[in-house]
Formats: sequence, structure tokens, C-alpha cells
Amino acid sequence: MTKDATYNYLLHLADNALILAQRNSEWCGHGPVLEQDIAITNISLDLIGQSRSLYQYAAELINEGTGAATEDTLAYLRDTRDFKNCLLVEQPNGDWAQTILRQFFFSTYQFFLYQRLQQSGDAHLAAIAEKSLKEVTYHVRWSSEWVIRLGDGTEESRNRLLNALDELWMFTGELFVPSAYESEAFKAGIGVDVSALKANWEQRVNEVFEEATISIVSTSAWMQSGGKEGAHTEHLGFILAEMQYMQRVYPGCEW
Amino acid sequence: MSVQELEQIFLAKIEQEIRIEPKDWMPDAYRKTLIRQISQHAHSEIVGMLPEGNWISRAPSLKRKAILLAKVQDEAGHGLYLYSAAETLGTTREQTINDLHSGKAKYSSIFNYPTLTWADIGAIGWLVDGAAILNQVMLCRTSYGPYARAMVRICKEESFHQRQGFDILMVLSKGTPEQRAMCQDAINRWWWPSLMMFGPHDSESTHSEQSTQWKIKRMSNDELRQKFVDMIAEQVKVLNMTLPDEHLKWNEETKHYDFGGINWTEFWNVVKGNGPCNKQRLDARRKAWDEGAWVREAASAHAAKRKMRQEKQIA
Ligand SMILES: [Fe+2]
Ligand SMILES: [Fe+2]
Repeated sequence: MTKDATYNYLLHLADNALILAQRNSEWCGHGPVLEQDIAITNISLDLIGQSRSLYQYAAELINEGTGAATEDTLAYLRDTRDFKNCLLVEQPNGDWAQTILRQFFFSTYQFFLYQRLQQSGDAHLAAIAEKSLKEVTYHVRWSSEWVIRLGDGTEESRNRLLNALDELWMFTGELFVPSAYESEAFKAGIGVDVSALKANWEQRVNEVFEEATISIVSTSAWMQSGGKEGAHTEHLGFILAEMQYMQRVYPGCEW
Repeated sequence: MSVQELEQIFLAKIEQEIRIEPKDWMPDAYRKTLIRQISQHAHSEIVGMLPEGNWISRAPSLKRKAILLAKVQDEAGHGLYLYSAAETLGTTREQTINDLHSGKAKYSSIFNYPTLTWADIGAIGWLVDGAAILNQVMLCRTSYGPYARAMVRICKEESFHQRQGFDILMVLSKGTPEQRAMCQDAINRWWWPSLMMFGPHDSESTHSEQSTQWKIKRMSNDELRQKFVDMIAEQVKVLNMTLPDEHLKWNEETKHYDFGGINWTEFWNVVKGNGPCNKQRLDARRKAWDEGAWVREAASAHAAKRKMRQEKQIA
């Protein structure tokens, strides 16, 4: 196991959490109802917390006492091609249905991932997974309930949910195709074999969709990929431009 | 019991510092004043999320991003407590929100100013939350029970907000020349509008006298404002910054700070809707509400369907 692979693996997990947090936080102050404004912000806060733990650990790993890398240099000073998040999390919020479905797909994936990651040979990573799993369990429940509500709500909400499915389905395949660093991390007993999560994920998605009275369109549809290796959609550049603005304009400052 | 007798009981309770509760008889004007004030307060919490929300995506560090996000979320929670308190007086949240969107109900004018730099987030926490706290601490002892209890919960969080805001400015004040300039500039822009938060002078204030008699208010606008100036004039020294007022000076006789005149033309102008962001703030709230309509409809449609299915099962 190379140190690089562990480092990249941690960045991948952290970037997933941070980029989705950044997206969800766009809702803060603009949610459809006050209680849900608070709920989506909570999820955003949980995800920022997860990303921070992972970045801090990644920084520790490459610093070896030099202290040059921090959670903030990793989040704010890498460019688009270095970000390793999956394409799903960088997709725009769209309407509430799209945000909900993106959350449901991702949280369900993260749930099975962290469940196994608790047994990671890396004790530090296992501890982060264990702590995060409690939060993610709630995210899955909350987003599942909303998928059901929208699917089984009004004709409009159902149509919007189906639209969201159309928009997002093509970004779900990537979750279960391991990148080089994921494979290496798995072989070294540190990471999870993501291809093995697919069956569980599909089962859970199908259960919730059944209650929502909708179904997965066509499972043979083309799947987009590349995010994990830094080949992103055009959205990520704008997310980073905004997120990193202060650190780029005022380099090297304390905040 | 005659209305006069009921009114006597009510006034006696106020006199004896017994809280008025939702089921108690109360004069119509007392109820109306409270509905107006509490919903105005609730709207201020909610509209107040917007200027700070403007910096969530650009917060300069992950720690600051998390703190800011949690802070703005707290404000949503405050709005929620206050809408609930207003509901105990016989309004609904929907009605109250409609009044905001139609322009009938007001909210604190301070939120009609723009947040231009990161330092504004510090200045808002320190000055705006700082001014709000003084008002809210007083309201913890207001005569209407649900309002007072909401305030107790809110005050605890507000003092965190003020400390976090001050901390942002503290870091800037010890930073690079650019950061220090950013800090001073934000203080310059937010100082006068925060003094205006306490409202018109006591001599000009229309609702004050009756509210004081009913113990809804326990300190006058000018008393609270003076308290605020005295507090901030000291704290600004810790930052090594200045307040943009050449008349600000300690008065040994009164044991208070003297300060310059407030630009009341600007104040009334912003109240009337001509502030730099009045339109954007209201538009943003209306947009969120209108675009959320289908979501709220879906939620209630689904809830109704579920209830029906459950009833069928039981039958
Ligand atoms: Fe508040
Ligand atoms: Fe606050």
C-alpha cells in the first residue's frame, strides 16, 4: 500500500462530503419551509464535519511533522483536476426534488460504505466512519421519507421527482466502479470494495422507490464517470471558484 | 364578568409581575401589539438569514464556514420559536408570512444593508447580534409568557453569535494591512445602522408608552441605545479600531459615552423600503416561499393519503 493511495482515498472521501455540503448549504435561508431549511442545513453541517476529520487526517499523513498541509490548504488550494469527488455530489441543486434525490442516492451509498469502513484496518479511518455513520443513518431516513413524500404526494411532485431521476441516474454508476486508489486501499485492507455495495444500494433504492410508487427507469442507461479521477462536469470549477475565493484573493492569511 | 372587571384582573397581573398566558383574557390592543411585535421579530430572524447567508459559500476556512452555517441555522430556529409564540395569540404562520410578503409587516431595517466583505460577517455578529441581545435580554422579562420564554432560549444562542462575530474581527485586526482595513471598513458601515436598530428617539416613538405600561417593553429605545454605545465603545478598543463618530466621547458627569446625531432621514428612508437591499431581501423571501409551494402541497397531500390508508387498515 503506497502512502499516496491512502492519501488519495482520504481526499476522495473528504471531497465527496465537502462538495455536497457546499451544494446543500446553498439552500440555507431559501428552503421551502423553515423546518426543512434547518434540516438540510444540518446535513450540510454534518458533511462539513466529516470532511474536516478526513482532511485533517490526510494532512497529518503527508505532513510528517512539517505542518505545511492543513484541512484548509486541502480544501481551498487544490484545483478542479485534483478534486476526487464523484460527479453526483457536484450536480446543481435544481429544485427540491433534485436535491432530495441526490441526497438519497448519496447518503444510501455512504451508509453502506461507512458501515464497512468501520472495519477498516486503519483505526483512525474506522473511527471517523463509525462516528459519521450515525449522522448518515439519519440522512438516509430523512431523504427516504422525502422521496416517498414527493413520489406519493401530488402529480406535480411526482413529475418533478421523475425529472430528477432523469437528471441524476447517470451519475450513480460511478459510485460502484472503483478508481485505482480505491482498489489499492481495498487490497491493503484500508478501504472498501465499492463494487460490492451495489446490490445493497439497489435493494434499498428499490424499496424506497416502491413506497414512492416510482421505479428505476432503465438500468442499462449510460453511466457518466471520471469525477474520482479528476475529470469533472463543468459545475465543479464554479463551485471551487466561489468556495476558494477568499483564500485565493488573500493568500496565506489567518481567518 | 364585565370587560372592566376582566381588565382590572389583567392590569393587576401586570402590576404583580404575573405573566399573561395564552388562555388569559387580555385587551384587544395588547394582543394586537404583541402580534405585531412578535411577528416583526420573527421576520427579522428570517430575513436576517439572508445577508449572512450571502457568505456561507465563500467563508474563508472550513471552521468559519461551519460556524457561520450553524449561526444562520440558529436564526431560522429563532424564527420558528417566534412564529410559534405568535400563533398562541391566534394567528397562523401562513398569515404572518403573507403579511411579510405583501409588505404589510415590517422587519428590522438593518438587514436591508449589503454584506460586501467577509469582515461584514464579523461586524454583524458583533454589532447587530450585540444590539439584538440588549433588546432580547429585556424581553426575557416581558409580560407575555410565551414571548418571554422564547426569548430566554434565544438569548443563550445570541451571546454565542456576538462572541463569534467579535472573534472574526479580532483575527482580522491582528492580520495583514488589507485585513485590518477590511475590518475598519465593515465597522464604519455597520455602526450607524446598528444604532438605528433601537428605533426612533423616545420622544418620537409611537408605540412605546403603552408597551411600557403593559410591561411588554421595560427599557426605552434611548436607554437601550445608550447601553449599547457604552458597551461597544469599550470593546472597539480591544480591536484597536475606531467607531466612525467624531462626537463619541466619555462623559465623566453622566458616566456614559456621548455620541453624535443619527441620520434619521436615512432611517425612515430604509423603513419605507428604499434601503440598498429592501427589494432583494423581500424578493428572496417571496421566491423561496413561492417555489416551495409545491413541496408543501406534496407533503400535506402525502400526509392525507397516509392517514386515509391507516384509517382504512383500522376499519
Ligand atoms: Fe436571532
Ligand atoms: Fe443571532
